[in-house]
Amino acid sequence: MQKFTKLSGVAAPLPETNVDTDVIFPARFLLLPNKTGLGAQLFHERRMRKDEDETPPFVLDTPPYDRSEILVAGRAFGTGSSREQAVWALADFGIRCVIAPSFGEIFFANCFKNGILPIVLSEKEHAAVLAEAIAARPIVVDLESLAITLENGRSIGFEVEAHRRRSLLLGLDEIGSILIDDAGAITAFETRQRETHPWLFLNQARLGRFGDEVE
Amino acid sequence: MSGQTLYDKIWDSHRVRDYDDGTSLLYIDRHLVQEVSSPQAFDGLAERGVTLRRPDAHVAVADHAVPTRLRANHLPRGLAGDQISRLVRNARAFGIPYIPMNDRRHGIVHVIGPELGFTLPGVTLVCGDSHTCTHGAFGALAFGIGASECETVFATQTLRQRKQKRMRVTLAGQLGTGVYVKDIILALIAKIGTGGGFGHAIEFAGEAIADLSMEARMTLCNMSIEAGSRVGMVAPDEKTIAYVKGRPLAPEGDMWTRAVETWRNLGSDPDAVFDREVELDVSQIAPHVSWGTTPEETLPVTAAVPDPRLEPEPDRRARMERSLAYMGLAPGTALSDVSIDRVFIGSCTNGRIEDLRNAAAIVRGRRIADHVVGIVVPGSAAVRSEAEAEGLDAVFRAAGFEWRDSGCSMCVAMNDDRLRPGERCASTSNRNFEGRQGQGGRTHLMSPAMAAAAAVAGRLTDVRNLDA
Repeated sequence: MQKFTKLSGVAAPLPETNVDTDVIFPARFLLLPNKTGLGAQLFHERRMRKDEDETPPFVLDTPPYDRSEILVAGRAFGTGSSREQAVWALADFGIRCVIAPSFGEIFFANCFKNGILPIVLSEKEHAAVLAEAIAARPIVVDLESLAITLENGRSIGFEVEAHRRRSLLLGLDEIGSILIDDAGAITAFETRQRETHPWLFLNQARLGRFGDEVE
Repeated sequence: MSGQTLYDKIWDSHRVRDYDDGTSLLYIDRHLVQEVSSPQAFDGLAERGVTLRRPDAHVAVADHAVPTRLRANHLPRGLAGDQISRLVRNARAFGIPYIPMNDRRHGIVHVIGPELGFTLPGVTLVCGDSHTCTHGAFGALAFGIGASECETVFATQTLRQRKQKRMRVTLAGQLGTGVYVKDIILALIAKIGTGGGFGHAIEFAGEAIADLSMEARMTLCNMSIEAGSRVGMVAPDEKTIAYVKGRPLAPEGDMWTRAVETWRNLGSDPDAVFDREVELDVSQIAPHVSWGTTPEETLPVTAAVPDPRLEPEPDRRARMERSLAYMGLAPGTALSDVSIDRVFIGSCTNGRIEDLRNAAAIVRGRRIADHVVGIVVPGSAAVRSEAEAEGLDAVFRAAGFEWRDSGCSMCVAMNDDRLRPGERCASTSNRNFEGRQGQGGRTHLMSPAMAAAAAVAGRLTDVRNLDA
């Protein structure tokens, strides 16, 4: 996983509340086979424009925000579907950090698996960071010191769970760590559980024969 | 010391180890595998050269991308067929059972898990799908995960998690005529908001729960995620045990006796303490419909489209304006004056036998409006055949509905069943997000009976008036 230490630059403002993962990555693109190259579908419907369209282009297509690596979103960002494509698309587009007052929980967890730092701020602090984004003043997000620094020198602290912070800083692979550190504990747990809850271990043969599809 | 909640008990019995930072490694008993969230996880395993820790803990089925009509005995062409055939190949390569789309056990993961007895009280169950909270209806700790976490479960049978706070939603009173469990969950979401459950595992309790069938409890738990919570649970009772008994993968003989004894002790202790309590008097609830593009934008059908100018909070006002523009609705319009084009009855929320019975009871002897196209999509092949044995398919067909094969269908625009831009749908699904049912499509969420009534009236309508 890509490491995350420090980011600096102009953040893109998207202050809308309840932006769900269907808006971030529309369902029909879930048929695409890979987890790379999905940036083209990010916020697809919002970014799609017709010639006669009078509405301004989507924020991520408007300079200087088209080069932003930080997104300042609204309340309840990333609610809804568990699709990790929403996070893969953000990462592919170049977004490495999302700042919001609250997040959909599955989206929030998915970010950490893909080198993206989601930051929860209070409404007041969020408003301060959002104002910087709207004014296109650069900010610095530092995961080592757990602080966002504004151009005027103001520092806003944030919290990240210790193991998630460590994984991002070092680019660690969680599966690898569990397989190395916890394999013994998992085996011991399973041995115990076979004694106390034997019905939890399935005999799939009881379902009879399963088939294939005709291709 | 206070007692334990249902959530505490299952959490404690699945803790493999605790870490210094307060997180725990949680053992996962069951994993339902579908075509959308699994391919990248299987790829990851292949890259690592890792096999499944416990192949017996997984069952695979394709539900999102499958066609629901003209289901010939071969895969659809194009990306959807490719995605399904990738699941077939992965299931074979990694040694897990795969249920084909024309198998009598096929269906939406959250419908067939319980049907197979794969879902049991007291288990931890995950799936790369946010509506995995459905299985909480059995007193299971079930939650949706992303593809990366699917890979973690394949490889380690565990997930590193932080324990959530506990919220109890107490449902008092009895539902009125024409009001269903879908109205309860929509009313709850409208009350606490799309983010109301963030950070919490919900337990539904109270006198109204005892009256609810297992199907109804699944509808209730299914939409916990729409209230922001990954987890929604109901303590197992005799109804739960009766539902599970005799299912293909349910324990048998002595094992059954032992399991039932454990399940009867899973309920929250009388002195258990919850971090948050919410109460809802269900006798006061009217049939609900959503008017906006997030499930909290929901009102009783007797209400009018709200006016953003009356909303003092700027973020909320902006959100309402955006929703109304997308939905093509003017403030002040009576919801019962809103004309519809399509009706969808189905999904993991409302594609079970009881849902089809409730909808059929409304359309029996009636015709759907001429301008409306309606489809009924059973959640599983088992639901479909049960409905056919009861003659429900004939009722729907006679009324002008199409009768389909099982799948996610028009709940998610990943298969052939989609709205066209601007089309308005009365839907029994779970999400009214922009584009959820098709690019530019407009979704109104409601109960199966309300959707059936809307089909007949050709507009949103109060099912209680149609009954009269």
